[in-house]
Amino acid sequence: MLLEALIGNAGAGALAAGVVAIGAGMGIGKIGSSAMEGMARQPEAASSIQTGMIIAAALIEGVALFGAVIAFLAVNA
Amino acid sequence: MRKLLLVITVFLGLTSQLIAGGQAQEEGAFNPSEVIMHHISDAHEWHFAGDFAIYLPVIIVDGGLKFLGSSSDFYHNIEENDGHHYGVKGDYALFHEHIYKLENGTLNFDEEGHPTNASISLDFSITKNVASMMLSAVLLFLIFSTVAKGYKKNEGKAPKGLQSWLEPVIIFVRDDIAKQMIGHHYARFMPFLLTVFFFIWINNLLGLVPGGANLTGNIAFTLTLAALTFIVTTISGNKHYWTHIFALPGVPKWTLVILTPIEIIGMFVKPIALMIRLFANISAGHIIILSIVSLIFIAGQAGTGTGFGVSPLVGIFTLVMNLMELLVAFLQAFIFTMLSALFIGQATEEAHH
Repeated sequence: MLLEALIGNAGAGALAAGVVAIGAGMGIGKIGSSAMEGMARQPEAASSIQTGMIIAAALIEGVALFGAVIAFLAVNA
Repeated sequence: MRKLLLVITVFLGLTSQLIAGGQAQEEGAFNPSEVIMHHISDAHEWHFAGDFAIYLPVIIVDGGLKFLGSSSDFYHNIEENDGHHYGVKGDYALFHEHIYKLENGTLNFDEEGHPTNASISLDFSITKNVASMMLSAVLLFLIFSTVAKGYKKNEGKAPKGLQSWLEPVIIFVRDDIAKQMIGHHYARFMPFLLTVFFFIWINNLLGLVPGGANLTGNIAFTLTLAALTFIVTTISGNKHYWTHIFALPGVPKWTLVILTPIEIIGMFVKPIALMIRLFANISAGHIIILSIVSLIFIAGQAGTGTGFGVSPLVGIFTLVMNLMELLVAFLQAFIFTMLSALFIGQATEEAHH
């Protein structure tokens, strides 16, 4: 209730979307860095590492977008 | 030749941004969220620019299937009640793209601005999204039937033309998605996976074209695709799959009280995740591009010069975002197909102890 009074629905939604972006950024950054490391260690496996990286990144992005969708609902309702 | 094309493209891109900057001052206060929602939502007309729009047929079920004809009355015959404007055609009113039945010739609103009339829940109109889906279906049919005929004609010879472009993509879907995720019996599911992949990809791309419809960013569309994946997975589930959901082997019996409900929920959550992932990615991409272009109009409110001034920068930024959206269009089609193949593979997996 306090949050609602301070920043309203729209502010809470925007804050939620920002927090979600932090989570997604951290997760995908970690995947990207370990993928880079793996590819540097073993260039022959670079292609399969890249495929795995894209898949994991898409899954994390999916979760991040659940949060974004809920934030969007919070702004509008 | 290529340099000339590049110069022309960049010139057109930048000048269109300048024209947008010039128009910024004309239509009163600019409400970005309204404009953005209008562009990503479905509508009964296909609106291109200003007054140029295609008015699509309205078909509803109101005690029987009714073909009401063109929707142009809904957008030109505007009436007003309580400060809210709505379009009127015959016995019906259109308010925020919902059709309501008129009571005494008016649409009544409550305090919050919601209409209180009976709404028509079965709206089978050819809306912008439906028209775009029909267009992409026709395009896909043309492309693939041409390629199939080409294969018949060039039997035994090397592929030519469109074939040589599509063949690596189809082989990519077969080897890297179907064979890898499903294993031996992948051939049974190839039609489904190929259809899903190309249908999502072409609709993503058509949505990026200026004036295109935001079909894959519509949650009803992605819901249907995810439901199809769910149906295919459930139908092809074998004994191994079902025992793993309802009675996971190799765990203490008391944990099944928690694990079985989780597995059952998981069975539904996976397609729901597919639905939300595709919908949110594509919609978010369109909202980003629209927001960036809206910057011109917002700047234009401060003065026509500012509108013109930011347009080159905005033009370049929009170009970059559009390129990223091209990547996302392919990537989301790939991810959807790959995860569908993964779920099908999990359902058809043989026990291998």
